[in-house]
Amino acid sequence: MGWALSNIFLFPGLLFLACFGLLAEFVDRKLYARLQNRVGPPWYQPEADFIKLLAKEDIIPAEADHRMFKILPIVALVSVVTAFLYIPLWSSRALFSFDGDIIVVIYLLTLPTLTFFLAGWYSTSLFAAVGAVRALTQLFAYEVPFLVGLLSPAIVAGTWSLSGMAEFYRIHPLYWTANLLGFGVCLIALQGKLEKVPFDIPEAETEIVGGTLTEYSGRLLAFFRMAIDMELVVGSALLSAVFLPFGLGLPAALGFVLFVVKVSLIVVLLAILRAVVARLRIDQMVEFCWKYLAPAALLQLAIDLAIKGVLLR
Amino acid sequence: MGEVTVPIGPQHPALKEPESFDITLEGERVVRMVAKMGYNHRGIEKACEQRTYIQCLYLIERICGICSHSHSTAFVQCVEEVAGLQVPKRAVYIRTLIGELERIHSHLLWLGVAGHEIGFDTLLMYTWRDRETVLDLLAMLTGNRVNYGINTIGGVRRDVTAEQVAEIRKGVALLEERTKYYQQVAIEEATLAKRLGGVGSLSHEDAVRLGAIGPTGRASQVDRDVRRDDPYAAYGEMSFQVVTDTHCDVYGRTLVRVGELIESCKIIRQVLDNLPQGPITVRAPRRIPVGEAVIRYEAPRGEDVHYLRGNGTDKPERMKVRAPTLANVQAVAKMLEGNYLADVPLVIAAIDPCFSCTDRMIVARDAGGRKTGVMDWKSLRDYSVDWYKKNRGLDCSRIKLRA
Repeated sequence: MGWALSNIFLFPGLLFLACFGLLAEFVDRKLYARLQNRVGPPWYQPEADFIKLLAKEDIIPAEADHRMFKILPIVALVSVVTAFLYIPLWSSRALFSFDGDIIVVIYLLTLPTLTFFLAGWYSTSLFAAVGAVRALTQLFAYEVPFLVGLLSPAIVAGTWSLSGMAEFYRIHPLYWTANLLGFGVCLIALQGKLEKVPFDIPEAETEIVGGTLTEYSGRLLAFFRMAIDMELVVGSALLSAVFLPFGLGLPAALGFVLFVVKVSLIVVLLAILRAVVARLRIDQMVEFCWKYLAPAALLQLAIDLAIKGVLLR
Repeated sequence: MGEVTVPIGPQHPALKEPESFDITLEGERVVRMVAKMGYNHRGIEKACEQRTYIQCLYLIERICGICSHSHSTAFVQCVEEVAGLQVPKRAVYIRTLIGELERIHSHLLWLGVAGHEIGFDTLLMYTWRDRETVLDLLAMLTGNRVNYGINTIGGVRRDVTAEQVAEIRKGVALLEERTKYYQQVAIEEATLAKRLGGVGSLSHEDAVRLGAIGPTGRASQVDRDVRRDDPYAAYGEMSFQVVTDTHCDVYGRTLVRVGELIESCKIIRQVLDNLPQGPITVRAPRRIPVGEAVIRYEAPRGEDVHYLRGNGTDKPERMKVRAPTLANVQAVAKMLEGNYLADVPLVIAAIDPCFSCTDRMIVARDAGGRKTGVMDWKSLRDYSVDWYKKNRGLDCSRIKLRA
């Protein structure tokens, strides 16, 4: 019981995820800045932003629903942390696992997007409402390729449990190289889930001011931003667990370093994607996801079905 | 969601200056747009009537930060025409040089702003970094990065030395290379083409009918450029091309401005190669005789028209400015038809709006039968308090204004 609590709240749960999330935000912002020929923030900037926001006043619009306004950042935070507990990090066993937990993790990762939608909707602000509807529209576009891309390696592994999948790929090395198309698909879909350029349409600053989080300030905004940072790490960890499941048999310290390297690699790829393209319009994004991303995910599914049928007979 | 009215402005992250565009949306599509202007009105034309010509020059230079030289040169040319002054050739060439450097400054700034509006911050950072080159050149030549103060009635105030000429050549060579890179980006970058293409379309007929000028018009094949059609300063002796485009949308406007950057570099090199020797100013009288003049100047945003009437004293009788944005903003409502909300800031930014230039007083003489009148300060304030109560739900009546 004591172990479980310290695992959930300290390592590798809430506290570790918070620190890693802030570090990932720094890496993302620094790389983005350097690619733009700028200096970029110092390493403690995300921590400083978090502390600054905590110290500011929470202003809630008079017509907004106060209770929902306050609960939603907590829901976002909690769902992201809970998803993290089921992802195998540096060994093939996650903290908790059961058959079917990959579906639960994907579901838990859609909850933050739902909270963004509700946050924008309950803000009763015009810009927030437009942003909220866009967030939901975007969800319908990237979620199917994301789901299909993540479930294809599971079909090869023959199990719906993330830890089971990691174990399978540990026993059968090199099978993960067949899933690299799915890795690409899920990387782009993850950029949509994290709402970063080219998919930061719900929070398009130059169009709808702040998007879904326009009316948020102070502590509530601090928790939302912390949830977003954690989502970056959890999404990257999920991708690395499903698509880069090598080196899982290494001793603990080395495995931890490898895990940090893998997650950082994904964060770096997402930051580079952020820097080199412009923001898409919502109709262009939906068209892109359904025209190119979904078929690519289905192609990956076909490849994995073939592998399962032919090679693993 | 039915029909929603989104206020873009007067304060909005997409606008660099206050202007009110009320966009009525159905879902994400624009149905209607109502523009309200006047937030930047400062009473410059009235103020000019009470200042001497040199004091007016200081004021007119500050109509706008980025078209500053355009307004200042146009005004000075008006005065020189009324007074019959013959400005020395070297001064004319220096004015042209600063004018073209200003055009490069303005277009690079616009490229960055357009990038920012579509979420392409990398383009913003790169173009604004290159803009520093041109700002450094202008600071070297004139002492200031904006509002150059190079003009005086009768000529220019500062001369250009040989070392400065060498520096300018180096800077312009760098800028030309960077501009070619941006031309490539505009053509090859897929997301950029997607966001800019097909957005804010203005057919050639509509452009002519609504009076679109400058790069906005030239992107719709309106082949007008005051530098070629009605040469002023040294443009009669320069050889350059007027860049037009057939795309008729924001992508076309981008291509036109990038093309004009290259042409400006060419013009600057011709100016430097042919810079004549001689004095840089001629003595101007304090009292300007009776007369009127109209001068057209090709500002970075289009045709800038200045009118001046002198009455024999040292203060102008009447001075009027028609900034290019006033002509272009009429076309925005047409451009926005059928576009998405996401494109609205981009389309507004694509006419390169400079509302500081534009906002003037208009007196409606024949209001089609409706009543016209003049409000005093108190009734104007009451009107505004009522309007905000009714239309925005805000009660500003208890805010105390400083007397």
